[in-house]
Amino acid sequence: MSLSLDKQFFFKKYGLNASDLEHYLSAALSAGGEYADLYFEYVTTTSLSLDESMIKSAAQGISAGCGVRVVTGERTGYAYTDDLAPERILHAARTAALIASGPAKTPIVDLKENRAHDLYPVAASDAELTAKVELLNRADKSARAYDSRVTEVRASYADELRRILVIGSDGSFAEDVQPLSRFNVAVIARKEDGASSRGSAGGGGRHRFDVFLTEKTPEHFAEEAARQAIIQLDARACPAGEMEVVLGPGWPGILLHEAIGHGLEADFNRKKTSAFSELLGKRVASDKCTVVDNGTMPGRRGSLNVDDEGNPTNNTVLIEKGILKGYLSDKLSSKLMGLPNTGNGRRESYEHIPMPRMTNTYMLAGDDSPEDIIRSVKHGLYAVNFGGGQVDITNGKFVFAASEAYLIEDGKVTAPVKNATLIGNGPDVLTRVSMVGNDLQLDEGVGTCGKDGQSVPVGVGIPTLKVDRLTVGGTGSAD
Amino acid sequence: MATTTATQLDLREIASNVVALAMKQGATAAECVMRDGTEFSTVVRLGEVETLKESGARALGVRVFFGKRAASTLTSDLSQQGIEQMVRSACDLAKLTSEDPYAGIPDAAQLGQISTDLDLYYNDVYSLSNADRIDYARRAEKAAISADPRIKNSEGGSFDAAIGRKVLANSHGFIGEYQRSYVSVSAVPIAQDENGNMQRDYWYSVSRTMTKLDPPEEVGRIAAERTLRRLGARKVKTQRVPLIFDRQTARALLDHIADSVNGDAIYRHASFLSDKLGHQVAGKNITVIDDGTMVGGYGSSPFDSEGVPTRRTTVIEKGELKNYLLNSYTARKLNLQTTGNASRALAGTPGISNGNFYLEPGTRTPDQMIADVKQGLYVTEFLGFGVNLVTGDFSRGASGLWIENGELTYPVEEITVAGNLKDMLNNISEIGSDLEWRSSVACPTIRIDGMTIAGE
Repeated sequence: MSLSLDKQFFFKKYGLNASDLEHYLSAALSAGGEYADLYFEYVTTTSLSLDESMIKSAAQGISAGCGVRVVTGERTGYAYTDDLAPERILHAARTAALIASGPAKTPIVDLKENRAHDLYPVAASDAELTAKVELLNRADKSARAYDSRVTEVRASYADELRRILVIGSDGSFAEDVQPLSRFNVAVIARKEDGASSRGSAGGGGRHRFDVFLTEKTPEHFAEEAARQAIIQLDARACPAGEMEVVLGPGWPGILLHEAIGHGLEADFNRKKTSAFSELLGKRVASDKCTVVDNGTMPGRRGSLNVDDEGNPTNNTVLIEKGILKGYLSDKLSSKLMGLPNTGNGRRESYEHIPMPRMTNTYMLAGDDSPEDIIRSVKHGLYAVNFGGGQVDITNGKFVFAASEAYLIEDGKVTAPVKNATLIGNGPDVLTRVSMVGNDLQLDEGVGTCGKDGQSVPVGVGIPTLKVDRLTVGGTGSAD
Repeated sequence: MATTTATQLDLREIASNVVALAMKQGATAAECVMRDGTEFSTVVRLGEVETLKESGARALGVRVFFGKRAASTLTSDLSQQGIEQMVRSACDLAKLTSEDPYAGIPDAAQLGQISTDLDLYYNDVYSLSNADRIDYARRAEKAAISADPRIKNSEGGSFDAAIGRKVLANSHGFIGEYQRSYVSVSAVPIAQDENGNMQRDYWYSVSRTMTKLDPPEEVGRIAAERTLRRLGARKVKTQRVPLIFDRQTARALLDHIADSVNGDAIYRHASFLSDKLGHQVAGKNITVIDDGTMVGGYGSSPFDSEGVPTRRTTVIEKGELKNYLLNSYTARKLNLQTTGNASRALAGTPGISNGNFYLEPGTRTPDQMIADVKQGLYVTEFLGFGVNLVTGDFSRGASGLWIENGELTYPVEEITVAGNLKDMLNNISEIGSDLEWRSSVACPTIRIDGMTIAGE
């Protein structure tokens, strides 16, 4: 191999050398696979949690392993080991190789390092544990000080540092060190009559610890969680039925993630199992809508220098002025579909097969002021915070649940409502977007997306936007 | 080479050594948990193998106490060096946590395990050759695709098998281990109607042994039926009608009840059932049991994650809330006794999970229950997670089949069903006789009145 790999983390830590890699890849292609790759991963994690004003839990962990993938046509063989001894990796390679049947192939051993971005600082653990504990104590104090009706406060801090090394039999090679941290506060509030409510807020990303001391402070999250819970104490039943819906900026962008993002992942479209299959070049949104998936934003939770196949991430236009422009692809689907590889091949860990996944998915800002958007609604719902969502990509139906929402009556935001779930149809919900705000925001770094049992961190965002008609699921009367 | 393989070492011995090492470093109590598992999975799509995955992994975690302070660490590096580093880190971390008067492992007298064979492990789940495993997946998919010409695509048929072993040791001298096996076959067909609209559904069979796995043809046939009946689905008007929840959706509702009686949610007042012990929280027809000792059960184990024997707990009896599900910590907090429901990841504080959790069945068949409904909805799927356990508010996306004059008619989608779990528990007007175990929570078909459908 022409590249000097001696300085790399995995080679030092596990005493591997370049000829070992060649040996493993050869074993992976010993039954004739077209392509093979090795994914080395070493992750350290720290998590701390506070409950009842006590630091009740502190945990740390180390996990490491190697996954071997062999691809032939549409077939994928996969095996992994959490023991990085050479004989264990070889065993995994030979197991994965069985997907193919034919004469052995030889990997390209002239490794070329893939171009990569430089989107985040190298170390997440750039602070003492005591400083992390202090964040939790500050959050507890702040949430309790916000309102005497706040009765329970839980706060948690978690960070990880993930080192990956991906080597492909096509000579591709990439290494990355990915920090990720997250802070979260959850509160419960109670009124004298016994009625309770909950609120939560959190955020983080691939950034330095001191962001939690300057921008994303514990007080910021604690006050936000407490504010939501206090408002919910007086929320009334949500109306049920179709109505105008205004989504606030930021995290409500989960609409895009559920309604269209999953449906545009290339694997579903290659198999024609998505409601968006065959819609490339067609109108799927109003001309006010331009939606991108951008893995190249510095410090964001959904960002990556390279994806988990070693390819640099991109800023991919999915919908441009309402027209479907592209899919999110990985190596396998881009090859089989003859599409560009957008660098969206991601996996939860070395135990998992990569597949097309979102990074940071958001809609570009429009021209309308948020005030004008609200003012234009006679009778509707203003939804500003959400819990989780889900989509059936085949029939396109998606759901997401609002944790903070208000009635809009005669152009004014009025009473808070509880328990509002929104349901719609992915391929046509965006065609009913009639106003797009000038206030694009991304979420604060809380998203985790699940697909086929694999979880990966993602980001979402929208400006304030108005959907002319969406079904709101509540228990109250619609009138 | 920095790692040494632990393949030859007895896992029980490693776990005991970890506990001893922690105590030597000054811990006043310690607990070690190890997991060792292997998995196989294959997906066949449109007759061709799409993925083949085969592997194993093991890891361990330690939880240490220094008086009333606790901390935990985990590692996948089972070398002596890796283990020593893990224990040292845990002991260091414990300096950081608060004194919690209720922290600790269970008392020695509470520890133990069920001696009878729970019938949880069969090595026959790995008895098939790769070719036969692939064939199982292929047969399931083929049965689905050949069921009807409208089934034009597929996300595949699959065959999965897994074996997991768990070892637990603590500083009271408890040591226990058990092994569980799992095998399943499934199919996910896609049907298309004359307008090009697609629908997808699935079916699966799961078992602890190959001998009790349904034939793949049966799985494929049911998957096809479930998919075809969704074609041509439409919205219905916003209204209140009786809802009949099939076993899958009824089970999802009962899951929310299991979460609502979880001791962690109870002491934090994060459940609408907090402070309700001894109260009538459901109709007199409702009895809910949690039983971690059922032979062959998906939620069975000889001891819980703290080394306490599992048991049968009456959660709700004729509508009265009798017991919460507790581990030793939440029991001490609530001044109650642990119910042997501790669960835990390799690191972190133990949580709580149910054993085999079920609603006692009634006497009527689902067909009889449907026949009684003049206008209503037979709910067959939920979408989304709109549940607030603090208030009991419930609002989830749903699909199903419309009931007209006692008969199932057209499919319904893009609606939500909403209510409050407090009311729903009191408004279960009928309970079916069709209890069936497919996971650790099971519920017969139920009818609930008074909920709101939101649609057009």
